[in-house]
Amino acid sequence: MSKVKVSTLWFSGCAGCHMSLLDIDEVLIELAGRIELCNSPITDLKVFPEGGVDVTLIEGAVANEEQLHLVKEAREKSKILIAFGDCAVTGNVPGLRNGMNTDKLIEDIYGKGVTTNGKLPYDVVPHLLDRVRPVHEVVPVEYFLHGCPPPPGVIAKAILALLDGKTPELQGEDLKFG
Amino acid sequence: METIRLKIDGREITAQAGQTILEVAKENGINIPTLCHLDGVEDVGACRLCIVDVHGQLVTSCTTKVGADMDVQTQTAPVKEYRRMILELLFAEGSHVCSFCVSNGGCELQDLACDLEMHSVRVPYSFPRNRIDATHPQFLIDRDRCVLCGRCVRVCAQVEGAHTWGFAERGSTARVITDLAVDWGQAESCTSCGKCVESCPTGAIVRKGASNAEMRKKADLVGRLTERREHE
Amino acid sequence: MNRRLDVLVCSGAACVSSHSAEVKSALACEIDARGLSDEIRLVETGCMGPCELGPVLLIYPGGTFYVRVSPNDVAEIVEEHFLKGRPVRRLLWETPEARRIAEEKKQVPFFEKQQKIVLANCGEIDPENIEEFIATGGYEALGRALTEKSPEELIETLVASGLRGRGGAGFPTGLKWRFVARESGKTKVVVCNADEGDPGAFMDRSLLEGDPHSVIEGMTIAAYAVGANHGYVYVRAEYPLAIRRLKTAIEQARNAGLLGLNILETGFAFDLEVRIGAGAFVCGEETALIASIEGERGMPRTRPPYPSTSGVFGHPTLINNAETWGNIRHIVLHGAQWFAAIGTPQSPGTKVFALSGKVVNTGLVEVPMGTTLREVIFDIGGGIPNGKAFKAVQTGGPSGGCIPAEYLDTPIDYESLKKLGAIMGSGGIIVMDEDNCMVNIAKYFLDFTCDESCGKCVPCRAGTRQMLDLLEKITDGKGETADIDRLRSLGMMVASTSLCGLGQSAPNPVLSTLKYFGHEYQAHIHEHRCEAKVCPSMIRFEINPAACRACDKCRTVCPVTAITGKPGTPPYQLDAQTCIRCGRCAEVCPFDAIAINSGDLN
Repeated sequence: MSKVKVSTLWFSGCAGCHMSLLDIDEVLIELAGRIELCNSPITDLKVFPEGGVDVTLIEGAVANEEQLHLVKEAREKSKILIAFGDCAVTGNVPGLRNGMNTDKLIEDIYGKGVTTNGKLPYDVVPHLLDRVRPVHEVVPVEYFLHGCPPPPGVIAKAILALLDGKTPELQGEDLKFG
Repeated sequence: METIRLKIDGREITAQAGQTILEVAKENGINIPTLCHLDGVEDVGACRLCIVDVHGQLVTSCTTKVGADMDVQTQTAPVKEYRRMILELLFAEGSHVCSFCVSNGGCELQDLACDLEMHSVRVPYSFPRNRIDATHPQFLIDRDRCVLCGRCVRVCAQVEGAHTWGFAERGSTARVITDLAVDWGQAESCTSCGKCVESCPTGAIVRKGASNAEMRKKADLVGRLTERREHE
Repeated sequence: MNRRLDVLVCSGAACVSSHSAEVKSALACEIDARGLSDEIRLVETGCMGPCELGPVLLIYPGGTFYVRVSPNDVAEIVEEHFLKGRPVRRLLWETPEARRIAEEKKQVPFFEKQQKIVLANCGEIDPENIEEFIATGGYEALGRALTEKSPEELIETLVASGLRGRGGAGFPTGLKWRFVARESGKTKVVVCNADEGDPGAFMDRSLLEGDPHSVIEGMTIAAYAVGANHGYVYVRAEYPLAIRRLKTAIEQARNAGLLGLNILETGFAFDLEVRIGAGAFVCGEETALIASIEGERGMPRTRPPYPSTSGVFGHPTLINNAETWGNIRHIVLHGAQWFAAIGTPQSPGTKVFALSGKVVNTGLVEVPMGTTLREVIFDIGGGIPNGKAFKAVQTGGPSGGCIPAEYLDTPIDYESLKKLGAIMGSGGIIVMDEDNCMVNIAKYFLDFTCDESCGKCVPCRAGTRQMLDLLEKITDGKGETADIDRLRSLGMMVASTSLCGLGQSAPNPVLSTLKYFGHEYQAHIHEHRCEAKVCPSMIRFEINPAACRACDKCRTVCPVTAITGKPGTPPYQLDAQTCIRCGRCAEVCPFDAIAINSGDLN
């Protein structure tokens, strides 16, 4: 039986959700036998494999143009999309900049905020979107893993259910934000 | 006292006339979600989360008295769907970021998301940006985390008798205010009794300087207080 | 004194705004100058109805009805009509399509199909003179009620009449009276709801301005029937003239022994207080109105308990709308059967409507229930101006529904309108023509209710906000297919779960336009086309090169210099990127060379 292809993406978030993913202890061993981890911040692969993947976990909110492009690509190339953690599900901390003027924000942080050689970063990094959005406001999402970060147990429960071809039964405390 | 027989979710139940559907459901271990309800103060039916189906009509169980031969359904598909939509509206209109809230883990809104199986909020978030009022020496209010349940307003008026809290503006700009919309620290009527803090279901009104572990609210404080007063 | 003529000057708020006061003083001067003061009596009345044509004058005997009178016309009227007995024909009402001049008021088509009961005195008597009211049979019903009838008999009469609340919900008035009468409380209260907040509605205002005593009389009869000794009239502050005339009327009634401790020397005591609302639409909702009377913030309370059990300060309270009160004295005088025979069996009596929007004769009309929308809009209202096509009619104010042309023959009654997804409401009728975009209309009304939501309950406060955002998204050309379902499910949730009538009815304009004008939503979303060419994001101005004569007019009025060209060298160019779609160019173009187009280019 071929392995299930899984990708993970890291948008505007703190990487805590990925840390939590790596924190699922012995389940990692089981996963190693059943999944093929494709493009992910924790592999050297940076693009989706030919033919796409079965599951993509997206950590973080959609906050810049690159992420907007990637989230649409992820939707096209994944059978199942999972909003992974509160930033992806709600906008969370990155969303707090909504309502602020992004140009002014960049100017304040990169221009005036540094003592020497203040320079706007737009020649090297993607432009910010006017508004930070949770993943499902941009593309349809199948499952939502709540938590900042989602507890390892919930992550394991969801992934193992999907590997068994079942719908993850997320309920009660599994749905706790924060 | 007159005894009434009614059905809740198909169960035959005996209740006292004058009790609300919510009271009777609670006594019988039937869970109906609530947010603006607080033991010890008057019910106002503001949050609408406790809606139930009575003979095809949706009514708030906190304000509706039981009647003979009532057939109450607490879990019909529309009731559940509407409760969830209402909860989503609450999450979307505020800025309820649990991860750095002092009430994280002790918040009724957070618990409701679990209870009502709110997987995602299907309407756009509004990300409001209200000023936090930390002018009171002991407490502060973060209006972005306020759900306008009015528990602070009722506790302050009906239990403490201070009438410090009130409502101002209307529609989506409605907010709770202290005195005539002065900073809380300048509100002369405030007795600093802290009942609003204990009654607030979210992290909107909290004690200053409290850590997450310290900020566990005593939502039953007001109910116990009024009960003791009645027994005096 | 040999009085020959009564000259009635309409002093309803609409005529006052079109300077009826100047007409009246000019008349007074002229009459005085000609030494006719003894022969001609000048009376200021309440609203006569056809507000579009104000200031209007009515002259008795003869019933000559002058429209659009200016102070400059006064000398001619006095000379020709008052002295020589020849009506000034150019000031008479001419029906455009029939080219017929109405010699007297009753021939005017606007009045022909009306049946005035509540408004019978409006425009016919001086509202500031109690004697004129009494001369028309005023306070006779009160006298009979107090001396000849028991409270029970009065309530039975009301129940038998079938009168239903004119505030909008249509609850049987007699039953309400009975509920309050049966309450054991010692103190009971009677309230008149005149917090008329619907945009374009002015039924209650006109009644209070034109015949305040009829409301007072109705309330006093009810107070006797249910055992109340105190009453409130809750009027919005935006109605200063109504408040002034009402206060004058209350004072006069007190002085005449018709209000106070010993009414008509029967020992019955009742008095009235005027409470002025501070401008919240939601205070028209009865429980919010009661909270406001109590000095609390005007926020609705859950029912039950109904006001009949626990209303103002916890007392059993009888609360009716001003128009309902205006019906009472007529029912007491003429009997339940007389009233029940007017209108339809389910909705007896008449209803007053404020007709506005895209209709020739805007104004105040009173028709028997069961009159069709078509009769009101086309026969009385004179149809749609400028040869435009009728598109929809909205009944019931901002929370009403929009009814399309195919239902124009629907009789106006509570049930028929409800079946169409509209409501009777307090009586606003807004007519829309082909130039109205229904998505934009829905947005306009929802913007109103969203803003006027008190903020107490979540579905109304946050649900209407989300719906409004979706409508803005659609009219901004950013709509998605899924938005239609989102609007519908939000609308149904808000309607089903809101605390009070405001929220429960707020989605009506959206749900009814989705139902009857769904194709307009689809066109906005899929083709970025606004059929009515209203939504700025979807229209573009284009110069037709063949028609342009390079007159330069458009270029000079364009505020953003989007138009370029040389005078005399057609065609001019219009830069769509710079254009802000203000429409000035199309307005000034003498050659119709600037077209407004909508929809995706391919």
